[in-house]
Amino acid sequence: MKSTEETTPILAAEGLSLGFDGRTVVHSLDLAFERGTVTTVIGPNGCGKSTLLRGLGRLLRPEAGRVTLDGAQIAAMPPRAVACRLSVLPQTPQAPAGLTVGELVARGRHPRQRWYQQFTGGDERAVSDALAATDISDLAGVPLEDLSGGQRQRAWISMTLAQETELLLLDEPTTYLDLAHQVEVLELVQRLNRELGRTVVMVLHDISLAARYSDRIVAMRDGRIVASGTPGEVITPRLLWDVFGLKAQVIAEPTDGRPHVVPIGGCRVVRAVS
Amino acid sequence: MAATLVPPRARTGTLPRRRPLLGLAVGAGVLAAALALSLAIGGRPTSLAELLHALFTPDGSVADLAIRELRWPRTVNGLVVGACLGVAGCLSQGHTRNAVADPGLLGIYPGAALAVVGGSLVFGGAGTTTYAQAALAFCGAVVACAVVFAVGSATRHGVTPVTLVLAGAAVSALAGGFVSLIVLSSDAALDTLRFWQLGSVAVRGGLVPQMLPFVAVGLALAAANIGPLNALALGEDTARSLGVSVARARFLGLASLALLAACAVTLAGPIAFAGLLVPHMVRGLVGADYRWQLPGCALLGASLLLLADTAGRVIARPGELPVGVVLAVLGAPFFVHLARRRRLVTL
Repeated sequence: MKSTEETTPILAAEGLSLGFDGRTVVHSLDLAFERGTVTTVIGPNGCGKSTLLRGLGRLLRPEAGRVTLDGAQIAAMPPRAVACRLSVLPQTPQAPAGLTVGELVARGRHPRQRWYQQFTGGDERAVSDALAATDISDLAGVPLEDLSGGQRQRAWISMTLAQETELLLLDEPTTYLDLAHQVEVLELVQRLNRELGRTVVMVLHDISLAARYSDRIVAMRDGRIVASGTPGEVITPRLLWDVFGLKAQVIAEPTDGRPHVVPIGGCRVVRAVS
Repeated sequence: MAATLVPPRARTGTLPRRRPLLGLAVGAGVLAAALALSLAIGGRPTSLAELLHALFTPDGSVADLAIRELRWPRTVNGLVVGACLGVAGCLSQGHTRNAVADPGLLGIYPGAALAVVGGSLVFGGAGTTTYAQAALAFCGAVVACAVVFAVGSATRHGVTPVTLVLAGAAVSALAGGFVSLIVLSSDAALDTLRFWQLGSVAVRGGLVPQMLPFVAVGLALAAANIGPLNALALGEDTARSLGVSVARARFLGLASLALLAACAVTLAGPIAFAGLLVPHMVRGLVGADYRWQLPGCALLGASLLLLADTAGRVIARPGELPVGVVLAVLGAPFFVHLARRRRLVTL
């Protein structure tokens, strides 16, 4: 079946199995992401959501199945070609001491540079646009280690923006941030989606924040998808119990009516079984 | 679309470029001074007039000969060896993200030593001529690297810095053990080892033209490795996300490291500390970007080796100290300084 550009999902997994160290973590999973949407993957620790994101971003070779980008198999594409269309922000990225924000963001241009063509005017513009979009233009000359957690996360997101890809995969972009900084980062993600038209797939731990900033929610447990749909469809007391072992009420958020999780307690922590 | 989000802003200070350029300029200045000193200072003192005379209007005087026949090849050798060690040190620290990694990482020194000592045992006197020893040392170093790389990449994850370092340690210990075994059983082999193990740029300056093609390939591979190395400095996942083929980048980087270190060990014997010290000094000068670090390491590596070699000629007049000894004596305090620094270097 051949489908038109309109209906082909920008990113899709077909029968995707992923694992490492001889252990399968994600089991033959089918998933599709629509162009221009924000999708958040939620699930308990060890459920395979980060592994799924790594697989979608071709950081991990599939054990079975395939990932497609606009219908083309990602594993068969040249790494640079993929990097021009899809960028991944890993969970705990590392940076060498003394690296400045400007230098970090400039490295996002790597896929578009060649040894004979190091830094063009287009690169310069992309870098300053990315710095401006994340509101850190004034920090360009500051070493990364001198930034606050929120600023540092914005700098990393800025690097993926400089890559100028239509797809952004973010693995727990709010880890280690206080609530205000989490909201700051998620507001940024929302702006990138609404104003720059980027398609975003991310992993988040906070279900209420996920509900608030996502168009679609994918709930995972033990390497399988339990539910997927709009936040209102997916986030129910029943699902929270099934997926997280969490007794909770789900109320409508006063601002926009999206689901908001109120934990009750009496948890049954679900462990991933391998 | 971008226009709606990006407010018009002055594009100032996006890419700080002035500092690295200044650092490279400092490096070039130091190298020029080191070159002049290395040519001017020797067993007998030389005036600037004599130096210029020998370089530009030689007429076969004693001073001309001393400079052109003795100090010139030695200086060129020091330049090449120093540049090789500097760049190799930069690559070894960059690929392992380890601030104390040096070009010896891949078992190059014990590998070369084993080949040299083994050669003297198998071929007798014929194995100890300058050319035979150079060929043996080069082959030994390259074979050791190949073994380390093969062992280090025979894991499920392919080649990783940790498996490489482990394989390097194992191969180094094994080769070192064999060297000890051979040396214990043969006095001739012991003499060969003693002579060879003094890191010195004085003896094998004549081999530079033969080694230059290997040096050139090594440097070209290193230059091609700069972009991937900059991406790998952000972690392997980020590098992959930026379109770097990690396995290929590691292989090319290590091949370059192996070639350069093998050339250095062939031309000067084992010289410790240069490959370790230079990247640290260069990082302080030009920052974290390998586009500046790699040329900076070539400049400062050459400078350090020439200055240490010249110092060795001055300290022990009328004799001289080999550059390897001078560098080891200089290097130890620097290491202590590194260890005492409050903020540890992360790569």
